[in-house]
Amino acid sequence: MTLFLSFAIGLTFGLGLIVSGLGNPAKVQGFLDLAGAWDPSLILVMGGAIAVGLVAFRIGGRKALSFLGKPMQLPTQKQIDTRLVVGSALFGVGWGLAGICPGPALVLLGFGATKGIAFVLAMLFGLGLFDLISRRTGPAK
Amino acid sequence: MNIDWINFTPLSAASGGVLIGLAAALMFLLLGRIAGISGIVAGLLRPSTPGDIAWRAAFVLGLCLAPLAYSLFSTLPEVRIDAGWLSIVVAGVLVGFGARMGSGCTSGHGVCGLSRLSPRSLVATASFMATGFLTVFVVRHLLP
Repeated sequence: MTLFLSFAIGLTFGLGLIVSGLGNPAKVQGFLDLAGAWDPSLILVMGGAIAVGLVAFRIGGRKALSFLGKPMQLPTQKQIDTRLVVGSALFGVGWGLAGICPGPALVLLGFGATKGIAFVLAMLFGLGLFDLISRRTGPAK
Repeated sequence: MNIDWINFTPLSAASGGVLIGLAAALMFLLLGRIAGISGIVAGLLRPSTPGDIAWRAAFVLGLCLAPLAYSLFSTLPEVRIDAGWLSIVVAGVLVGFGARMGSGCTSGHGVCGLSRLSPRSLVATASFMATGFLTVFVVRHLLP
């Protein structure tokens, strides 16, 4: 049941990425290009997603168990530190360079885009690299 | 500011956004988890317990099969990747590394975190939006 739901939720997420245009790197870069011909569509993608999300997190935010009786696993970190800001900044540079973030990268795999495959491999390397470094220099937060 | 009216797609953008929000909502309300894609994928690389792998793999498989599912009902929209090979590889490493370092990406911080009104996610989102805008400005308007 959990597996099927997880699959269906991933599929829904992916369909949302395709329908919204967020799965198209050229469109994402069109949004990030404020000084060029600016395509504001992504504001509406975020707006639509957050509108639904706000309701969901309001309903479930204080529950201890989900509607299926699973423990609610929310992030516990509260501190705003250098790691958060610098990590996100690096992420943004990569996002701007390619117009691809992790969700769309996986959808691009499904499109069979060769550059999408290369991006995913590089992304997996980056994900693993940070975990490797943080294990060597101290406990991962 | 010069708005690109030809490529502006408010209706599909908002409805696609609602689908993304719905997925995040179901993930949270049914499975009790945050739909943060970088975190879900990273957990596959180094799972904490054996039982932690399958749901992550199923979610990723769903994402990957979305184009196929879409194509059963309609013609897939065109996707275009303008970045060259070097940019793609550098970008991929930065996206993976940065998302892990910053504990989240566009989905975890941008959609779920903002929906939870998390100050941390607001700062993270402001940070990656800022450098995203800046990077495209440099690449498209400053570099030859």
